[in-house]
Amino acid sequence: MEVSAILFYIFAVMAVVSALGMVLNVRNTVAASLSLVVTMIALAAIYVLLEAYLIAVIQIMVYAGAIVVLFLFVIMLLNLREDDFAPGRQWLVKFGAGLLGVFVLIQLLKLVGPGLPEVPVVPEGYGGYRQLGILLYTDYVLLVEMASLLLLSAIVGALILAKRNID
Amino acid sequence: MPIEEICKTLFIILVIVAGLAPIITWIERKQSALMQDRIGANRADIGGITVLGLLHPMADVLKLMTKEDVVPQGANRMMHMLAPLIAALPAIIAFGVIPWGGTYSFGDTTIKMVAADPDWGLLYIFAIGSIATYGAIMAGWASNNNWSLLGGLRASAQMISYEVTLGLSVVGIFMVFETLKLTDMVMAQDTTLRVFGFIEVFGGTVPAFLDWVRLPAWGIFYQPLGFVMFLTAMMAENKRPPFDAPEGESELIAGYFLEYSGMRFGLFYMSEFIEVIVIAGVVSTIFLGGWAIPFLDQATIIGGIGSFMGEGFATGLCVILHFMTFMLKLIVMIWLQMLLRWTLPRFRYDQVMNLCWKGLLPLSIANILITGAVMLLVRG
Amino acid sequence: MVPIEHVIGLSSILFVIGMIGAATRRNLIVVLMSIELMLNAVNLAFIGFNRLWPGTAEAPALDGQIFVLMVITVAAAEVAVGLGIIISMIRNRDSVNLEEVSLLRW
Repeated sequence: MEVSAILFYIFAVMAVVSALGMVLNVRNTVAASLSLVVTMIALAAIYVLLEAYLIAVIQIMVYAGAIVVLFLFVIMLLNLREDDFAPGRQWLVKFGAGLLGVFVLIQLLKLVGPGLPEVPVVPEGYGGYRQLGILLYTDYVLLVEMASLLLLSAIVGALILAKRNID
Repeated sequence: MPIEEICKTLFIILVIVAGLAPIITWIERKQSALMQDRIGANRADIGGITVLGLLHPMADVLKLMTKEDVVPQGANRMMHMLAPLIAALPAIIAFGVIPWGGTYSFGDTTIKMVAADPDWGLLYIFAIGSIATYGAIMAGWASNNNWSLLGGLRASAQMISYEVTLGLSVVGIFMVFETLKLTDMVMAQDTTLRVFGFIEVFGGTVPAFLDWVRLPAWGIFYQPLGFVMFLTAMMAENKRPPFDAPEGESELIAGYFLEYSGMRFGLFYMSEFIEVIVIAGVVSTIFLGGWAIPFLDQATIIGGIGSFMGEGFATGLCVILHFMTFMLKLIVMIWLQMLLRWTLPRFRYDQVMNLCWKGLLPLSIANILITGAVMLLVRG
Repeated sequence: MVPIEHVIGLSSILFVIGMIGAATRRNLIVVLMSIELMLNAVNLAFIGFNRLWPGTAEAPALDGQIFVLMVITVAAAEVAVGLGIIISMIRNRDSVNLEEVSLLRW
């Protein structure tokens, strides 16, 4: 077992445990969002192991560093109370837990079962900022423009929704 | 685990964090005292020998360790305990990518004087800076105190606002050096640039008597505006005075540090000073040429000394010289930050935010445009 | 390097956890966070598959990672607007309970 495989399993377990910590945490919403941050950092570490370096850094900078901070602002400013699982939905929780158990079982069976195909070697510069930059500005430049328009409309929308009085 | 990585990690932890950070508390006290025409702290002694006040950091640490650790009632104990760690760790691990020296070859082994050298080194520092926000938020929330909460929210709003400007002000340097790898960036600053080289762009030739006017090819000469903006943004990101509205030592009592005492407060306090060193390190690496000695690049030094002293000895001497140069630049940047701290009054919070969104952000975008235009002209 | 099947398995596990959270919790903010978790699981699947077919040095195939960039952008925009909606809801009803937003229910 090489080091990257062991690291992958460690980060995978960390991601799953903190995701469960976020979803099942009914008493403390701030602790739930901090578990989400742990999940995102674990996922960023897995992206580095999968050699998608720029995406890993962007995940930490944007997701863990800004989006969840925004969640925390809203939670702290509004001082939200605790809540519970919806009363009529307990069966859904059990069903979901069953589904989860099935998936985990499949994964464990794959670990001990017959061998799985090998992963190909990556070419030079894969996942680096140069290749992604070239692609973004030549083949996918329209996507970049649309993304910027989308973000602009989101900024304007969020401002209007959160403003106290529109004059 | 290879022995080289362990040595480098130990170096960072022991020399920088445990060694340099207490010295900076002493520098701060003495420099502010000099600037304010007083003597500063010089009473701590061992058996009657005061060493100019150099024992004060040790006295501080002893005092903080022996104080009672108070956790306020109704506070979330786990978060209260974790917050100082989350505030201190990003400051320490940011040192992993800062190069303390170049690449040297002793015979057939090459050593690089940097703990980790990923291709995206500069982005790593920004990513780690984003994580540091959580220390402030958790400290503010976990103290079960209105003023801590306000301080924590102010701190994190300031930090996430200045992250944007931080990234944009370095895009100019990225365009000039065409790499994000910090060792390559310092290596590219190891040469000189001709001041009158721009005449060639307009079709003329540089006369011989002007050709020798050169400057070291440091980032600050390529991007002076970028240097000022980056320094401002990084000081605001780390809540360094004059941007320390969240700590507000006279307004919010102590901001989000309020309910911390003993070594936990010591950890917050120490992380402030470690961030001073991080700022100094990153600015020296990107803008001031890192370990590069101006006008003397590595090949010249090794060739010059090696011709009468032997190759291995010359390389060793070069290592020491480069390390000393980097430390000198670090100390100059630390001195500059202390100077800025004790000269400028604290900004009001809305002034801090206006500076970011209405001042630095348009300026950094203009910097990118101008740099792009100049590069298109010069490099074709 | 682990086989990609394990990466996809992890992605599906995270997706199911996010789905449980989005379908059963009453707090609107936790529902929004579960949606973020689902989007992250999808990102992991994209990057895993991209790793399986990385293309060659002359013709790199980084389409999965570009898609992940777009998903992160869309998620950021959605969180901004979603939190704006939550703030208006708090102002009007003083609670983020999903079951109270039922005026349009038949």
